[in-house]
Amino acid sequence: MSSTLTAPSPGTSAPQMPRVHYLNVDYGVKSWLFTTDHKRIAIMYLVVATLFFALGGTFAGLMRLQLLTPHSHLVQAETYNKLFTMHGVTMIFFFLIPSIPAVLGNFLIPMMIGARDLAFPRLNLASWYIYVIGGLFTITAAATGGVDTGWTFYTPYSSIYANTNVVLTVVGIFITGFSSILTGLNFIVTVHKMRAPGMTWGRLPLFVWAHYATSLIFILGTPVLAITLVLVGLERVFRIGVFDPALGGDPLLFQHLFWFYSHPAVYIMILPGMGVISEVVACFARKRVYGYPFVAASSLAIAVLGFLVWGHHMFVSGQSMYAGMVFSLLSMLVAIPSAIKVFNWTATLYKGSVSFQAPMLYCFGFIGLFTIGGLTGLFLATLGIDVHVHDTYFVIAHFHYIMVGGAIMAYMSGLHFWWPKMTGRLYPEGWARLAALIIFIGFNLTFFPQFILGYLGMPRRYAFYPPEFQVLNVLSTAGASILGVGYLIPLVYLIWSMRYGKPAGPNPWSAKGLEWQTTSPPPTDNFIEPLVVEEAYAYAPYTPEDRKRAKHE
Amino acid sequence: MSEITTGSALAHQFDDAQQQQQAATLGMWVFLCTEVMMFGGLFTGYVVYRNAYFAGFAAASHRLDVTLGAINTAVLITSSFTMAMAVHSAQTGKRTALTGFLLATMLLGGVFLSIKGTEYASKFHEHLVPGPDFEFDPLLRRQAYVFISFYFAMTGLHALHMVVGLGLLGWLVVGTVRKRFTAAYHTPVEIVGLYWHFVDIVWIFLFPLLYLIERHHR
Repeated sequence: MSSTLTAPSPGTSAPQMPRVHYLNVDYGVKSWLFTTDHKRIAIMYLVVATLFFALGGTFAGLMRLQLLTPHSHLVQAETYNKLFTMHGVTMIFFFLIPSIPAVLGNFLIPMMIGARDLAFPRLNLASWYIYVIGGLFTITAAATGGVDTGWTFYTPYSSIYANTNVVLTVVGIFITGFSSILTGLNFIVTVHKMRAPGMTWGRLPLFVWAHYATSLIFILGTPVLAITLVLVGLERVFRIGVFDPALGGDPLLFQHLFWFYSHPAVYIMILPGMGVISEVVACFARKRVYGYPFVAASSLAIAVLGFLVWGHHMFVSGQSMYAGMVFSLLSMLVAIPSAIKVFNWTATLYKGSVSFQAPMLYCFGFIGLFTIGGLTGLFLATLGIDVHVHDTYFVIAHFHYIMVGGAIMAYMSGLHFWWPKMTGRLYPEGWARLAALIIFIGFNLTFFPQFILGYLGMPRRYAFYPPEFQVLNVLSTAGASILGVGYLIPLVYLIWSMRYGKPAGPNPWSAKGLEWQTTSPPPTDNFIEPLVVEEAYAYAPYTPEDRKRAKHE
Repeated sequence: MSEITTGSALAHQFDDAQQQQQAATLGMWVFLCTEVMMFGGLFTGYVVYRNAYFAGFAAASHRLDVTLGAINTAVLITSSFTMAMAVHSAQTGKRTALTGFLLATMLLGGVFLSIKGTEYASKFHEHLVPGPDFEFDPLLRRQAYVFISFYFAMTGLHALHMVVGLGLLGWLVVGTVRKRFTAAYHTPVEIVGLYWHFVDIVWIFLFPLLYLIERHHR
């Protein structure tokens, strides 16, 4: 597609690939497995995360097939339990949590702040290995019989009664948690200590602010999950009494500790996505993000408030009603920083010089779907409504609007936006727009019927359902197959573009971040000249000349 | 923390030694925040059950050996002192003193773990161990069971941290003997020192919480 608004410098012809860059500086498997270059490690994360996404997607596909008819015998009920558990575990712990931070964050944070690498490159490599080892444990658990507790591992079922591979899965998640912790640690130290001259906190890209907030959750939340899973394992193996009522323990304590991490983990998944959207909206509206300080501060506010709302997962658990009321109120407060972001992105678009390339299409998808997901979150934060729709498909639809409609849309947006930087080549714009459209349609067809199903009372986590729910389930399954196709198209053309795509040049979007001031792909040390930062987001609307030139290309 | 093995040489991503040193120190502080939250999960559970099962917690706590616990507390505080002296020796570039203080810290850590080991052994002999063989006054058995579970989980995790600390100290001794540390460059000594003090502080909380419940009544 010719409509990319590129501004080629006069006198040069089409952009060329740089002669030496981080991808061709060294060859062979060893040069990847022992690299400490944050950009190569990001690519390795990309490969593994994509594999886990495919795995989790396959589990989801099988579930949707099972639910095509009310009494399907495609899989047994026990197998279905394992499918939704493994879907949740792979998607949350091995795809959504590492996706944007470990792939895009790893690649971009040092470049965005003008550093040569993260503060601890070898620790970064170790994080990748830890992630892979944790993943292998979990895959082994899946391959040798699976686990059927749900991704939440509620006790005492998980610690005493389940006869599936609980310990192996829990060990896998425990190990992978340290990958998150060390990545968060690395990001925090890097942002504090490695910024280029002039890169003040007030000029920090919003992507970096979002990752800073995410890293705070990584380092403060993940260890609580780690110790909780250790206690589940100890109870299962050594019969220590913490959560099992038969041993004097209290299952509610598990739920409190689990959600103390796992609710903030929701913000681990969405905050980096918000960072991506802030960058992409600014670039494709040709405007500085409206209300920069508020967008930056709202990331921190979400991270902080996120630690105070875990009890809204436990409204029907028997916790004190007064606790429920406080958690309900606090959960609603999260809507404030979230809305600040949505309104500020919208205000950025207002009178912006908006163009509609694929990253921006995903962005629009994100803003709309995240808003729906967020507003239905308020329904669920309301005590009375939550009791009505608790554990129904309404909840499933709500968090898939945030996780898939929000986080994965943002991930796709960011992947397309920075793909020319990562590979040095342009992806085929027409195919990318088509895929974005298919994903948007497939997504809504999959999950919107689930809101209705949930409201009508269809509970989650059952392999069978009453026949009157079939029409909506068929719609949902049809949507899932469209969504699956939508995800396969980018897989094909992105890989294709690595070899056949047109060279992108340093800055195909005329974007303003530091990462665009170096070659695509960048050299191993990121920048050739030392940098001094003077202004952030110095976007200006397109002039009539820009538009004319774009038309002629 | 693998970065600290890079030695005195400046890693390529840093502009100067000061930046490198500050990054390493901040990294350790951030890591310790993580550790606080990890132990925090256990402390939360402890607080919940101590309130719910106070009688059983007090009764089971009296079965712990408060003398050995107190000796261990003194041993650890002394090891913090020798660790602080090790850091001081590193700062002033006194290599012999550094080696001595590191070895002294390791020795005290070893004494702590040995005493802890004998305590564990006696708990096994008294059937005060989670599992089917647990024996306690039937009236308070369930509550005491939870206390003993927390006792082993908390002190076990702490002991694991001590073992890791001993490994790090051993690595520092090797580095000192190989003359890696100077008055200008001794970041590894400082950040292992931070870690060691953290492990000490955890014990300072564990000792009263586990050993000193309702001692004033007897």
